[in-house]
Amino acid sequence: MSVGLSHYLILGSLLFAISIIGIFLNRKNVIVLLMAIELMLLAVNMNFIAFSHYLNDMAGQVFVFFILTVAAAESAIGLAILVLVFRNLKTINVDDLDRLKG
Amino acid sequence: MNAIQYDLMTALPEILVLCMAMFILLLDLFLKPSNRFLIYVFAQLTLLGAAVLTLATHVPAVGYAFNGLFVDDPLADVLKLGVYLSTSITLIYTRQYVALRGMFRGEFYALILFSTLGMMIMVSGQHFLTLYMGLELLSLCLYALVALDRDNPNSTEAAMKYFVLGALASGMLLYGMSMLYGVTGSLNISGVADALLSGAPDHGVLVLGLVFIVAGLAFKLGAAPFQMWVPDVYHGAPTAITLFIGSATKIAAFAMVIRLLVQALFVLAVDWQGMLVIMAVMSMIIGNIAAIAQTNIKRMLAYSTISHVGFLLLGFLSASLNGYASATFYILSYVLMTLAGFGMILLLSRKGFEADRLEDLKGLNQRSPWYAFLMLIIMFSMAGIPPTLGFYAKFTVLQSALQAGFVTLVIFAVLMALIGAFYYLRVVKYMYFDEPEDHSPIVAPVDMKLVLSINAIGLLILGMLPQRLMDVCAYAIIHSIQ
Repeated sequence: MSVGLSHYLILGSLLFAISIIGIFLNRKNVIVLLMAIELMLLAVNMNFIAFSHYLNDMAGQVFVFFILTVAAAESAIGLAILVLVFRNLKTINVDDLDRLKG
Repeated sequence: MNAIQYDLMTALPEILVLCMAMFILLLDLFLKPSNRFLIYVFAQLTLLGAAVLTLATHVPAVGYAFNGLFVDDPLADVLKLGVYLSTSITLIYTRQYVALRGMFRGEFYALILFSTLGMMIMVSGQHFLTLYMGLELLSLCLYALVALDRDNPNSTEAAMKYFVLGALASGMLLYGMSMLYGVTGSLNISGVADALLSGAPDHGVLVLGLVFIVAGLAFKLGAAPFQMWVPDVYHGAPTAITLFIGSATKIAAFAMVIRLLVQALFVLAVDWQGMLVIMAVMSMIIGNIAAIAQTNIKRMLAYSTISHVGFLLLGFLSASLNGYASATFYILSYVLMTLAGFGMILLLSRKGFEADRLEDLKGLNQRSPWYAFLMLIIMFSMAGIPPTLGFYAKFTVLQSALQAGFVTLVIFAVLMALIGAFYYLRVVKYMYFDEPEDHSPIVAPVDMKLVLSINAIGLLILGMLPQRLMDVCAYAIIHSIQ
């Protein structure tokens, strides 16, 4: 059995599903949320590369480079906000982020 | 003119804003604190210069630049002018607020200009890559802006929530784009549209991609059922940033809906119409009902935004040029109303006092009849009571939905607008029929008072004479969408 396009797409969708579950079911640590967000972007990258190879079109792989760069910038800002959260609230528990309600 | 010259000419406003944002960031290092107002002046001049360049390079035709990555059409020009105007008004309203809270620094203005640049790129994006890069430039700046008040636990929490949900939305959008890329083999908006027109490939995969794209866009617009971040972020962010998030960025999100749903995926209109109906109905229900229970005015306006987005989506339902023109009209009127509404909260706030509870508006008529009258116009306009701009905006989107045959939906929307009128009128009751709790005078710079008055009176005048603005919207849509 050879590995074809559909296998990569299934892997991509599994990674994507894991990251969505990680964001919505995780009630413990904000850092896990950041990891889930990274995983989501990697799932998208997997899709783009698989399609790019399958279509013989370089544009998809170029897109992946941009996504990787943006993901780095995004996690930098996310971690900076995380530091602020810890400094102001003395916790990084998702459940403790409940000051804003109504 | 050769190709590279043409490309640079087309993107001239973007290049100006980019250079000035970096210049301001550097200038801040060499300025004494007493000369910081120069940064403000430069930021306003940048927006003015960008507006002049946009008007000067305007032609009533569609032009593609950078190998089809970038588009300059009348719609982009009109929406960009809307972005400049609302950003400029935001800067006027927020100057005193940020100065009193120690945020009057180069970062604030540089971040605002970088997010303006992101919005301009989103408005002119003609390729999934440009749209995504513009969106991320905007979002990353906004996360930082929300957290700018470093020692405030509320804004830090709001920034964290905004960051996680915003990143989730971008991820969904990207997943949808990757599916569309796989099916159509193109990342270009017109390429995707052409591929779909020349025979539908795998419809199931296309609809899967469409679902993710619609979900991502709904997150960015703040439409239910993806609205959960809106109240928290509006409430927690400093009012100056709430004003920015509520006004200019909605224009950019609107442009993205036009580019993706209308221009790229028009062939799938039947599929996205159904999704938009569900989102519009849910937004109107959640927005109007939940707003009644709020005691914080920023939170109340957040729910009001959600219901406005519901009405905005009605404009897209008809999938006709007339409907898009009315949606364009709606988004521009919504931005003017939001600017005035949050401007009023900024006007009443002072050092150490946010004026963000409904009770803070009590007896405003006794403190200042003029501002109570302006707030009356703003609330009437948001509720959609004639003869204000909000009434005409609601009227045009409902009319376009009616022409497309959505009779039940239009009746439902009118009922929801009636329910919504309750919480806007409650504000009017507080202002006119209750005794004031604090009697401190309203202190604000003259330019802010003047612009706020023009802004609010403009809601009344544009409501009575809407034809000129409507013509501009129709012109932009007709010359941009084939």
